[in-house]
Amino acid sequence: MRELTYAEALREAMCEEMRRDENVFFMGEDIGVYGGSFGVSKDMLQEFGAERIRETPISETAFVGAGVGAALMGMRPIIELMFSDFISVCIDQIINQAAKLHFLFGGADSVPLVLRAAAGGGTGAAAQHSQSLESLYTNIPGLKVAVPATPRDAKGLLKAAIRDDNPVIFLEQKKLYRVKGAVPEGEYIVPIGLANVKRAGEDVSVISYGRMVQSCLDAADKLAAEGISAEVLDLRSLSPLDADAILKSVRKTRRAVIVHEAVAFSGFGAEIAARIAADETLFRLKAPIKRVGAYHCPIPFSPVLEESVFPTPERIEAAIRESL
Amino acid sequence: MEDSAQLCEDKALLERLMERMLLVRKFEDAVLSLFKQGKLHGTTHLCVGEEATGVGSVFALEPQDCILSTHRGHGQVLAKGVSAKDMMAEMLGKEAGTNRGRGGSMHIADVRVNALGVGGVIGAGCPIACGVALSFKLRGEKDRIAAVFFGDGSANEGAVHEAMNLAAAWRLPLLFICTNNGYGMSTPLRRAVNDTDLTKRGYPYGIRSTETDGNDATAVYEAVREARAYILREERPAFIVEHTYRTSGHSKSDGNKYRTEEEIAHWQSKNPIARFAKFMLRNGFSEAELEAIDRRAAAEIAEATAYAEACPYPAASPQELEAEAYSI
Repeated sequence: MRELTYAEALREAMCEEMRRDENVFFMGEDIGVYGGSFGVSKDMLQEFGAERIRETPISETAFVGAGVGAALMGMRPIIELMFSDFISVCIDQIINQAAKLHFLFGGADSVPLVLRAAAGGGTGAAAQHSQSLESLYTNIPGLKVAVPATPRDAKGLLKAAIRDDNPVIFLEQKKLYRVKGAVPEGEYIVPIGLANVKRAGEDVSVISYGRMVQSCLDAADKLAAEGISAEVLDLRSLSPLDADAILKSVRKTRRAVIVHEAVAFSGFGAEIAARIAADETLFRLKAPIKRVGAYHCPIPFSPVLEESVFPTPERIEAAIRESL
Repeated sequence: MEDSAQLCEDKALLERLMERMLLVRKFEDAVLSLFKQGKLHGTTHLCVGEEATGVGSVFALEPQDCILSTHRGHGQVLAKGVSAKDMMAEMLGKEAGTNRGRGGSMHIADVRVNALGVGGVIGAGCPIACGVALSFKLRGEKDRIAAVFFGDGSANEGAVHEAMNLAAAWRLPLLFICTNNGYGMSTPLRRAVNDTDLTKRGYPYGIRSTETDGNDATAVYEAVREARAYILREERPAFIVEHTYRTSGHSKSDGNKYRTEEEIAHWQSKNPIARFAKFMLRNGFSEAELEAIDRRAAAEIAEATAYAEACPYPAASPQELEAEAYSI
């Protein structure tokens, strides 16, 4: 199968959807000639023109709000937030407007927009450009949240997000933009709300999403050499959450290790752990549920320090060993 | 000021303007009465004294134009054609309400008449209105604008400024209307800003900015009519400041400690409805005709109130509400 980078897969999804539906357009900072801060929209301006590849001023409240208004009128805007950390300067439009209006209007209108945002660390961008803030979004009814871990899922999930009638927060992993992976030719969709077993196993369920999925697979590979069989589940979407897939895996392995790049404290892993704990399977667990996440501090700049705060394959491996 | 010749000739329009302003006033009188009877919960923000701004402005728009209103928006949306019955049912939290009882006073919306919501977060409607206007531009709808209301209190919100810049930079068909009632809740404008001339807020963005007497329905109507033509002709946004005063409190719990009885009485004497009645009497209407208009408005609100009180409350279960958070 052909290989594309994560960024190329995202671009292909946007281009295909813009060709398919004239209501789809794209807004964001420096997305035209520059091609976007991470090059995701390279050359899209040539094909679609400046009306549909709409460069914005550095004015997130204005253009995210404009996305809400255009979506109310039946357009399907894709909006690029250069760094997901910048939700701080447009959060009202996301939390109080985009997420609420369908409900508040008694179902009479909807807000079909996609907010693509570069999330996560590992790039030396320091504390205001490296966060994984998914829990800010997942706690808001009305929003959907997707976090693709591979180029294949990046394309399929983005196409699903663009066709969804709800606001979808699409958290791209900036460390993955240049990573290549197999992407099928032709039309396909990865439904939002469906997890994926990346590696089947018997001894422990390692539940993750985003950039950490590969780290979990690396840890599982290493343990396999010792005869430890870890199942790795990629959630792909956090809201809606595929709780059935989580419970199905944990009922089988009777051990759970949850891994995410976001700060562990009050992070999304707490929701996953609570789902497992609320299930009958709790009484059959062979070990306490383990969580691995970033330490409870701002992401530091120095490469040595930055590396130290995120989960590594070694920390994941250690957590798995503790649960055995 | 001389009475506008064009308006004077359109007797049907004058009659509708008066009827709608009276409808707004009587709607809010009924709301206040329902509150006092304990039949209405939550809060509400009345626009008593500001009727000419909402009704005069919206009457100058076309049915295809979209409006985004302020939290003090009863007048704006009633003028747009939202039914008083549906709205009163919403006030009472009934399933038959404009928002099926999910929104209440602060969120009245009816997309069928292009009333795209009353905003609970001040200033937040301005960026959304940019997107509404952008959709007209992208689809080549040449005779359609969006109009967004905000108050002097929201004029200092970043969202308003960001939206003004975006609308100007993108030449959006968007009318910004600042209803300047002199107070952001209890804070007088002079204490919230260094320069009380809010018209200047449009200047740095290159937006044509004008002001009008917001208690004069005819002046408001003509200012908005002219601005709409300007927006379509020049393909640029415009900004109007409408100076008015809210003689009612900020919300139902307002104790009016921040202003004097004299000040309120002064503005009550400038009441836009009484003023418009004088205008109509000068221009061919009789007292009897005005009384008939008043009776019609009163009857409509009495009917709306009786209807809304009789409507059932929503029956949705929490599980159904969870599902309603998303569009299927």
